[in-house]
Amino acid sequence: MKLRLANPGHVIDINPIEPELNYIRQEGNEIRIGALTRHVNMLESDLLARTFPDIFREAEAVLADPVVRNRGTMGGSLCQSDPAEDLSGVVVALKGKAVLRGPGGAERVVEMDEFHIGPYMTAVGPTEMLIEVRFPIHPGFGGAHEKVERRAGDFAIVAASAALSIQGGTIQTAGVACSAVGPTTMHIKRAEEALVGKAPSEELFQQAGQMASADCSPNSDGRGPADYKRAVAGVLTQRALSRAAATALR
Amino acid sequence: MATVETGPGRHPEWYAHATGDKFGKIADAPIGFGHMKRKEDARFIRGLGDYMDDVRLPGMLHGAILRSPYAHARINSIDTSAALAHPKVAAVIIAKDLETLGLAWMPTISYDTQAVLAGDKVRFHLQEVAFVIATDAYAAQDALQLIDVDYDVLPAIVNCRKALDPDAPLIRDDKVGQTDNLASPLWEAGDKANCDRVFAEADVVAKRTILDPRSHPCPMETCGMVADMNPATGQLNIYNGNQAPHAHRTVYAQVAGLPEQNIRILCNDIGGGFGNKVPVYPGYVCAIAGSIVAGAPVKWIEDRSENLASTGFARDYLMYSEMCSKGGKITGLRVDTIADHGAFDSTAQATKFPAGFFHIVTGSYDLQGAHCQVKAVYTNKAPGGVAYRCSFRITEAVYLVERMVDALAMEMNVDPVELRMRSFIRSDQFPYETQTGWVYDSGDYHKAMKLAMEIADYEGLRKEQQEKLARGEMMGIGIAFFTEGVGAGPRRHMDILGLAMNDGAELRVHPSGKAVVSLSAQTQGQGHETTFAQIVAEELGISPNEIMVRHGDTDKTPYGLGTYGSRSTPVSGGAVAVVSRKVRDKARQFAALMLETRAEDLAWEKGRWYVKGDPERGSTIESIAEYAYSASNLPEGLEGGLDANAVYDPPNLTYPFGAYIAVVDVDPGTGKVHMRRFIAVDDCGVRINPMVVEGQIHGGLVEGIGQALMEIISFDEQGNCLNASFMDYLLPTALECPEHGFELGETVTPCPHHPIGAKGVGESPCVGSPPAIANAVVDAMYHAKGVKHMDMPCFPARVWAAMNGREQPPQ
Repeated sequence: MKLRLANPGHVIDINPIEPELNYIRQEGNEIRIGALTRHVNMLESDLLARTFPDIFREAEAVLADPVVRNRGTMGGSLCQSDPAEDLSGVVVALKGKAVLRGPGGAERVVEMDEFHIGPYMTAVGPTEMLIEVRFPIHPGFGGAHEKVERRAGDFAIVAASAALSIQGGTIQTAGVACSAVGPTTMHIKRAEEALVGKAPSEELFQQAGQMASADCSPNSDGRGPADYKRAVAGVLTQRALSRAAATALR
Repeated sequence: MATVETGPGRHPEWYAHATGDKFGKIADAPIGFGHMKRKEDARFIRGLGDYMDDVRLPGMLHGAILRSPYAHARINSIDTSAALAHPKVAAVIIAKDLETLGLAWMPTISYDTQAVLAGDKVRFHLQEVAFVIATDAYAAQDALQLIDVDYDVLPAIVNCRKALDPDAPLIRDDKVGQTDNLASPLWEAGDKANCDRVFAEADVVAKRTILDPRSHPCPMETCGMVADMNPATGQLNIYNGNQAPHAHRTVYAQVAGLPEQNIRILCNDIGGGFGNKVPVYPGYVCAIAGSIVAGAPVKWIEDRSENLASTGFARDYLMYSEMCSKGGKITGLRVDTIADHGAFDSTAQATKFPAGFFHIVTGSYDLQGAHCQVKAVYTNKAPGGVAYRCSFRITEAVYLVERMVDALAMEMNVDPVELRMRSFIRSDQFPYETQTGWVYDSGDYHKAMKLAMEIADYEGLRKEQQEKLARGEMMGIGIAFFTEGVGAGPRRHMDILGLAMNDGAELRVHPSGKAVVSLSAQTQGQGHETTFAQIVAEELGISPNEIMVRHGDTDKTPYGLGTYGSRSTPVSGGAVAVVSRKVRDKARQFAALMLETRAEDLAWEKGRWYVKGDPERGSTIESIAEYAYSASNLPEGLEGGLDANAVYDPPNLTYPFGAYIAVVDVDPGTGKVHMRRFIAVDDCGVRINPMVVEGQIHGGLVEGIGQALMEIISFDEQGNCLNASFMDYLLPTALECPEHGFELGETVTPCPHHPIGAKGVGESPCVGSPPAIANAVVDAMYHAKGVKHMDMPCFPARVWAAMNGREQPPQ
C-alpha cells in the first residue's frame, strides 16, 4: 500500500478479535492454532516444542525478524500465500488443515494442498476467513526446518521443512515441503511416499532430496538461478530429514 | 567487576559490557585526548535529533518527482494539465519551465552537465522528469499519476563493455561534438615503458579481470531539502543535510545566478552521508526553483527507492589487471580500467584526477614498475561514482591490489601473508614515493601485519583449514593490507570546481573560559561535536564538556570544503589545532601582563601559562579569558578578546594503513558464507578518542561485509534498476557480523606533518574489509575446488556457481 501497488477499497482491522483467535491448544489427538496467534507465541510455545520438536521453533526463529514476529500471525502467513514463506512449509509438512468460517458460522475444513491455489491466492472465499489450523499428533515425532537466505530476516532463497514419526525403527508418517521453489509452497509427495515404511538412513534421505530437486519448479530471480535453487532444495531436504530423524529418535 | 585481560583497542566501557557490568564507571571527560562518550549521542539515542524532514515552515508546500519508467527514451510531449487541475496542486515544473530560469541543466562536480528535469530524452531508469508542488505530500504523489508523458523507447546500454561498440546508441546527444559514449578521455598514471620492462623481466605473472560492482552508500536518512526563498528580501534559506555546505552554497550561487551572500545553508543533524550527500541533486534544484516559482517554502524528501535508484552510486569499475613477481617479491602492476559513470559524469574527485585517487593502486608494496589507465564511459544507468566511505576511488584501488596479491600468491604457490611480508615498503623507506607519484608519509607495515597474525593465530587457522578440508568442509582465510591517502588536500595539487580543498576554523573563548569552535566540516554522525572539542581541550586545557562545536550553518561558520574522503581530522582537525594554538599564543600575551613578566619567560602546561623557574606563579586559561575581556589597560598592538581564525592547508595527505584478516566458512551444499571472525589492526596515527575510532571501525567493517557478501545495484537488459528497495538491496545486520565481535588491534605511527599526528580513519575499515572477505571466500574455494576468482557480492547463489565453475560477472 505504501508503494501504491495495492489500493484496497477497505481495510478491516481484525486485531479486536485477537482474544478469540490467539491460542495454541491440544484437543484429543490434534494441536489447534488460532489464526491470530502471533509468530512469537508459536516460537515460545512449550506445547508446540514438546509435540512437534523442533520444527516450529526452527522455522519461527528464522522467519523475518522480531518486529514482524511480534505482530505477524499464523493466519497472515497462510493467507498471504507467499511461496517463499517459512511457516507455510511447516504447515504443509505437518499436514495441517485450515478451518474456514463463512457467513452464519458455517465452517469447512481444507487440506493444505487445496488451500494454496497459487502465488498470493488461497481457497478462502470472499465472505470467509481462516480461523484455525489443526495438526494431527504422532508419537515418535521429529521435525526440522532448513533455510538458506541472502541475509537474516530475508525471505528464503530455498527452505525445506521435514516432519517424520518413527516407531520401531520404521518411518510411520512423513511430511516434506519446500518453500520458494514453485508457484506455491511445494509439497513433495513422492518423497513422503518413498519414506514411509522404511528404516531411516542417509541414503534414503538423499533419495528424498533428489526427489525434491526433481519435483520442485523454481524460477530464476534475484535470489539465484533455477538450477541453483533446484540443487539447494535437494541439499536442504536431505539435511532437514536427517535432523528430523535424529530428533525423532532422541 | 571481574578482571579482564586488557588488549589493544579495548576501552573501559567495552570491558564493562563484556563483564556484564554495563553501567560500569567511565572516566569523566578527559581534558584532551582519550576515551569519552560522544556528546551528541544523548540526543541521538533518545530520538531527539533534528533532521531535514523535521523542518516545518509556515505555508510550506510539498514537492514530488515524476520519474522515467524507461532507461532510454525520447520524450515527445509532457501533458501536465490534469495535474495542474488537481485542487491541491500549486505548480508543476518540467524542463521547459526550468529553461526560462536557466536551470534545465546543471554542472556536475566533474565538469559534466546533468539534466535537472529531462526535456529531450530520459537517459536512465527513474530519471527526474517533472516536479509537482502541492499543499501536502499525499496530493503531490496523487498528482504525479495525472501527468501524461509520451515516450519513444530507445535501446539502452547497461553493460560498460558494450558502451563503446560502434553500433551502441549515443546516450549524450545533448553534448555538442559528442559522437560516442566516452565520458572522459583515457587517463594514465605511472611510467608505462618502465612497467612493461618490469613485466618482461618477471618470473611469474598473474592476470585477472576484476569487477568492483556498483553499490550504494545508503545513508539511513535519504536526501532532501526545504528551500525557502523570501520574495521580499531575496534571501534563500536552504535546509539540506549535505557533506559540504559551503561548497554547495557556492554551486547554487553559480547555477542559479543568486548572490552568494543571500544564500544560507542550514544543515541540522544528518542521518549519514557516506559520500551520498556530496553531490547536488536535481531534486535540490527543483525545490529551489519551486520555492522561487511558488513564492513559498518547498519541502522535497525522497523515498528509499528514489535514493537507491537515482542518487550517487559507488564503484562500478571493471579492471583488467596483471601483477608480476621476480625473485619471490612483487615487482609490477598494470591495470586497464573501464569506469561506468552512468548517464552523467558526476563522479566525486579532485579536478586534476578524473579517476580520483585510483592510482594509489600500488598499495603497500615496494614495486619496480606500475601503470594504470582508466577510460570512463556513459551508460543508461543512474549517474554518480561517489566516494562511498572512501577517499576518491581508493576502495577500488585497494580492492584491486589486494585481490591481485592473493592471485599472484596462488600462481607463485606461496602463502599470501608471506608474499606481502616480502614485498612491503619497509619502515626505513618513508617518506616513500610510489611508482604512480604518491609520497607516503609514514608507516610500519610489517609490525601491523605481525600483530594481526598474532591476534588471529594465523598458523593455527591454516592448520584448522587443512583439517576441515580433509573432512570435506570449506573454510577460508582472507588477508588485506591497505594504505589509504586521506585528507585532501594541499592547495597546490587539489581543488574541486576550482575551490581549494582547505578547511577553516574559528575559536572563541568566552570571558568565563568556555569556548565555541566553529568548523567548515560537517558532521553526518562521525562524532565531530566530541572529537573537535577534545582537540581544543588538548591544546588549551578546557574541558571538552565546556566547548561547543558549531557547524552546519554557512552564516555562522568559516569557509571550507566539508566532510568526505576522511578529511575531518586530517584537514579540519589541523585547522582546529592551529586555531587553538593561535589562541594559546594570544593567551600568553595576556598572561605576561597578568604576571608582570615577559611572554618569552612563560612556559605552557595544559590549561595554564606559568613563569619559567617559578611554576607556582601562573595564570589559568580561565583567568586569562576573564582578563582578556576585562576593562584592564592593554598595550599597543594587543587587542582585547580571546579568539582566532585559521584556514588549514594540509602539506600532504595522511596515509593510514591496516592489516585485516577475515575468516569464513562456506557451506559446500548451498554456497552460504558464514563470517566467522574478523581481525582488524588499524594504524591511524594518534587517536583523539579511541572510542570514536572503534565506533568508526565497527561501522566500516559492517559496511564492508555488506559490499563483499550482499550489496549490488544491478540492471536488466532494458536498463531497469533491479535493486530499488531494501527488499532487493540488502544491507547487513548484526547477524551477519562475527558472533563474538570484531577483534581489533592498533599500532600508532604518528603522521609527521599533521599538527597532532593524526590520520583519517573513518573510511579505513570500509576500504580494507571487502578485499579481505572476498579473498577469504576465494581462499576457501581455491583450497577445496581450485577456484581462483569470483567477483563480489559473494551471496549464496553466486558462490555456489563459482565453486561449480560457472560464475558469471554480475551485471
